[in-house]
Amino acid sequence: MSVHARARLRAEPDGRGGTALPVLESDGPLALRRTRSPHSRYARVTVVGAMSAPLNGDRLAVEAEAADGARLTVDAAAATVALPGPRPDADPSTYAVDLTVGEGAALHWLPEQLVSARGSRLHQTTRVQLASTARLLLREEQILGRHGEPPGALTTRLTVHRAGGPLLDQQLTYGPDAPAGWDGPAVLAGHRATGQLLLADPSFEDAPLPARLLGPTAALTPLAGPAVLVTAVAADARLLRAILDDATRELLGGLKDGF
Amino acid sequence: MSRAALLVLADGRFPAGGHAHSGGAEPAVAEGRIRDADSLASFCRGRLHTAGLTAAALAAAAAHGVDPLALDEAADARTPSPALRATARKLGRQMMRAARATWPSPDLDALASARPRGAHQPVVLGLTARSAGLGPEDAAHCVAYETVSGPATAVVRLLSLDPFHATAVLARLAPELDRVAEQAAEAARRGIDALPAASAPLLDITAEAHAAWPVRLFAS
Repeated sequence: MSVHARARLRAEPDGRGGTALPVLESDGPLALRRTRSPHSRYARVTVVGAMSAPLNGDRLAVEAEAADGARLTVDAAAATVALPGPRPDADPSTYAVDLTVGEGAALHWLPEQLVSARGSRLHQTTRVQLASTARLLLREEQILGRHGEPPGALTTRLTVHRAGGPLLDQQLTYGPDAPAGWDGPAVLAGHRATGQLLLADPSFEDAPLPARLLGPTAALTPLAGPAVLVTAVAADARLLRAILDDATRELLGGLKDGF
Repeated sequence: MSRAALLVLADGRFPAGGHAHSGGAEPAVAEGRIRDADSLASFCRGRLHTAGLTAAALAAAAAHGVDPLALDEAADARTPSPALRATARKLGRQMMRAARATWPSPDLDALASARPRGAHQPVVLGLTARSAGLGPEDAAHCVAYETVSGPATAVVRLLSLDPFHATAVLARLAPELDRVAEQAAEAARRGIDALPAASAPLLDITAEAHAAWPVRLFAS
């Protein structure tokens, strides 16, 4: 029996300089907990994986909204591991993430790694709608196989719109269902961990950052709109996270109000 | 459709400046990732199914009549590397000059005046195909082929690879080129929201590294 679950949360200013969570709905394996935030203006929600998911055939969804002026951090207690499940003929699992960030609002979307275990098939989509003065810090990491095993079939698509226009649209397809060449010299060249760190901030409109390499397998690039993207590949999850953590510290440190 | 017009547009001697670009092959050769005909084939396959599919669908959509300015925005969102955006616009500007001399049309004039510094090359190519009486599949075939012919030609120079072997790589990719072009044209008919966004992390990362080299044989 496959699982269908949709978790929802909504953050709003609480009128006292902080952020309230009028909607916080867990569903099935997606358990949401309000956790202590190190920043007083931010509400923090941690996704606690109550059971292992997704298995092939599961359909999971998370909807999160930071309403105008709200500040929200969403993180996770553990990595998401896509697994094959008991039925070999099951459809791919789907994991749909829908994020909305209002005017003057800030969202830090920092889940743990997505691990594509052998035999799993997962299609993940992350869709983000940003208002023109919204700010977003988003990290995604794809780990191809648990230690020493070949990956499952993984497709992830990240689509970000800002003020109604497209800001970033990227699809990555790896593993046995992907067209040939995904592990070749143009795409991964044997690396088993890939990640993206996106920082969208209206201040980049007037002061865009220059493009720069972050070591031999990572680059920080200004997008056509007011945002920067770090694209990285690494041998494993630990090395990838080190690159993205360094970039996060540096990027947030460079913003005037410490968003 | 005119088969001869397709040959003119797809000809490597069409004066649109593509010969100066390696499609990411130059940094891949420098890092030892392309060493021979087999690794060239793997590189071309990876590029074809990622950046190639995405570009072919943009071209097919322009040939189908989708708003070229909306497609130009969609191309920006699919090109996080500023080095690759600059390359795409430079090649687009060069193709626009050749296209307006070859198949003049009000559509080309309108795009040229809206994007005087150049629109993304696949968008210009698609609109050029439309002006030449060609269809979405034709435009997609042109772009898909360029995606692999550029690196193959560059590697002949970069590695002194036997040109016969490089051409054999392209010939063996022909069935996949046809499939990618069909896939791109099919997506283009479903509208701008259905366009693929397949991307290749290493192409984006190494394009930025390559753009910073003080001396290089190819512009990209």
